[in-house]
Amino acid sequence: MSETTKTASATVQASSLKRFGPWIGFLILLMIMPFIFTSNSAIFTMNLMGIFIIFSLSYNMLLGQGGMLSFGHAVYFGLGGFMSVHFMNYVEDGSFVFPIWLLPIFGGLIGLIFAIIIGSFSTRRSGTVFAMISLGVGELMAASSLIFVAFFGGEEGVSGDRTMGPESFGADFGPDKEVYYLIAAWVFVTVVLMYLFSRTPAGRLANAVRDNPERAEFIGYSQRKVRFVSFCASGLFAGIAGGLFAVNFEIVTEENLNALTSGVVLLMAYIGGIGFFIGPIVGAIVFTLLQSILSHYTDIWQMYVGVMFVLTVMFVPQGLTGIMMMHTAAYRMNRLGGLVVPYVRMGIPSLCMVAGIAGFLEMMHHVRGAAVGESTMSLLGIGFDTHSVMPWVIVAVLGIAGGYVMRSQAGQLKDAWDTANDPNTWQEEASS
Amino acid sequence: MSAAIELAGLRKSFGPTEIIRGVDLEIYKGERHAIIGPNGAGKSTLFHLISGRYKLSGGSVSLHGEEISNLPPYEIYRKGLSRSFQVTNIFPNMSVFENVRCGLMWAQGYKYSFWHLVDRETELNQKTVRVIEEIGLSARQHIPAGVLTYAEQRALEIGIAAAGGADVIMLDEPTAGMSHSETDQAMTLIRKITEGKTLVMVEHDMGVVFDLADRISVLVYGEIIATDTPENIRNNKAVQEAYLGVEAEE
Repeated sequence: MSETTKTASATVQASSLKRFGPWIGFLILLMIMPFIFTSNSAIFTMNLMGIFIIFSLSYNMLLGQGGMLSFGHAVYFGLGGFMSVHFMNYVEDGSFVFPIWLLPIFGGLIGLIFAIIIGSFSTRRSGTVFAMISLGVGELMAASSLIFVAFFGGEEGVSGDRTMGPESFGADFGPDKEVYYLIAAWVFVTVVLMYLFSRTPAGRLANAVRDNPERAEFIGYSQRKVRFVSFCASGLFAGIAGGLFAVNFEIVTEENLNALTSGVVLLMAYIGGIGFFIGPIVGAIVFTLLQSILSHYTDIWQMYVGVMFVLTVMFVPQGLTGIMMMHTAAYRMNRLGGLVVPYVRMGIPSLCMVAGIAGFLEMMHHVRGAAVGESTMSLLGIGFDTHSVMPWVIVAVLGIAGGYVMRSQAGQLKDAWDTANDPNTWQEEASS
Repeated sequence: MSAAIELAGLRKSFGPTEIIRGVDLEIYKGERHAIIGPNGAGKSTLFHLISGRYKLSGGSVSLHGEEISNLPPYEIYRKGLSRSFQVTNIFPNMSVFENVRCGLMWAQGYKYSFWHLVDRETELNQKTVRVIEEIGLSARQHIPAGVLTYAEQRALEIGIAAAGGADVIMLDEPTAGMSHSETDQAMTLIRKITEGKTLVMVEHDMGVVFDLADRISVLVYGEIIATDTPENIRNNKAVQEAYLGVEAEE
């Protein structure tokens, strides 16, 4: 008995050393990112990414950790943003002296306060009832934002100036790069805190209530209170994300707390993978990249994100992180190499099919949307006439042939996957 | 002997159907008490009424002399009554270790804490390891509970119920669906973890019942027709007619 406890505590210590590794790596990565991606647009994208990372992680405290599907999480994000931008203006007026980099605290506070108020009745039930209440509260807030103009600024929102505060660390937060470090610091702190929350009794019980709310009641916990604690923590962090949004963009509008933003955060968390702590981080990164890169090339990028969301829900409910994690078994057995060729054989026709479908959609969009008489468009730098037959034939062939070849390759990929993940053959190899 | 659980005039109806029709029962402190009865007699309903899953339609339930009628399940648990379920009721996506640890958390005084880190709580984790050893799942402790075998899940179910150290433990058909050897193992486990505690169990396996119980209550159509020692129950005419006789005919 004492033997097992000893080895158990020894492994705990060894793993505690191991535990800090990823965090240090994360911190270093946050610090060097602006030296790798130096352009203004890259910094802009990374700032948004940081804000969305906090926002989607806070969302996953509800959905992934606590089993609460919320359609109104932007309420706490938006309120945090409005509160911070108001305080930013107080600082600018001189009626209040406060370092700008701490402003998101006010965002967090208002997020927390509203989470306490709304959570006190919405966490009574989970499932559909909770989802409906969150939707209702979201609509209510969006509507009031156009009614209470003094606080929400009506349709044009509330804007501020982040450079008017006292200098901290020799920065006035004028350039985006300085804001990047402000956001990065908050990202690091809040990600650590949210991770630690998941390791507290309240966080563990949130998982228990998600899995089986009834049983949780028979081990001494009120499912409602467990949900309430998670809900409050989630509101706090969403508010902080909103505060950072206010600092970064210096404007907060009704759009930041309406259903659209609530939808975006659900999308990010889900695409990334709600079953993993890092899932929403992956989701936020991918979504922001898609948003900033795709939107450069196409007007209908939102449709691609939507399709991606639907495909994720249908085929990989465990999200992008889930796909990565599926490979850990093969990775441990050193077998990932065997999957490269099958993946390429599957990947090339898949890409052709996607290209064909995307080309078709883009051309349709062009034909419908272009000015009368304007029939030339360019895709990936290739200019052509949408009123001629050839481009349509090409995308049709790409799409259909790609799809056909892809299907024919599915079998070999499955075989390769099974071999790579078969523990028996691994033992044979090891023993021989 | 003082009563651990006392039921007085307990009633439960679902719409016009009365399932529990006035049950009076005293379960002594420290005894192993089995409740038997034909299918549909209301045994599980009785369990749900005592443990707070269902609201009472009438009567009262007391635990150690204190009335607990209609309290929510978590309040009843906190007063020292813990239970398992007939249909396995665990946290399927969490590891066995996490399952048991959650079962220990309230009793160890953590409440809804968000300022303790569970991995740092040495005593909590050691206790968890000990419970997992007792239920014989040490080798499987890091596996998600949902992928355990049926018998293992039943053991985990009992482990979660007993982990918190409640002094009254109620087990709803702990050996249902088990093979003979599995039943024997479960019996040993139940004996071990209910040492010095009050045990109330619903059970269909008569071997288990007559072997384990100090006293037996027979529930037929929502009423208790007899409460006595196993020996006397076996010889009770009314019981033989209502229940054991039916078994014999089969």
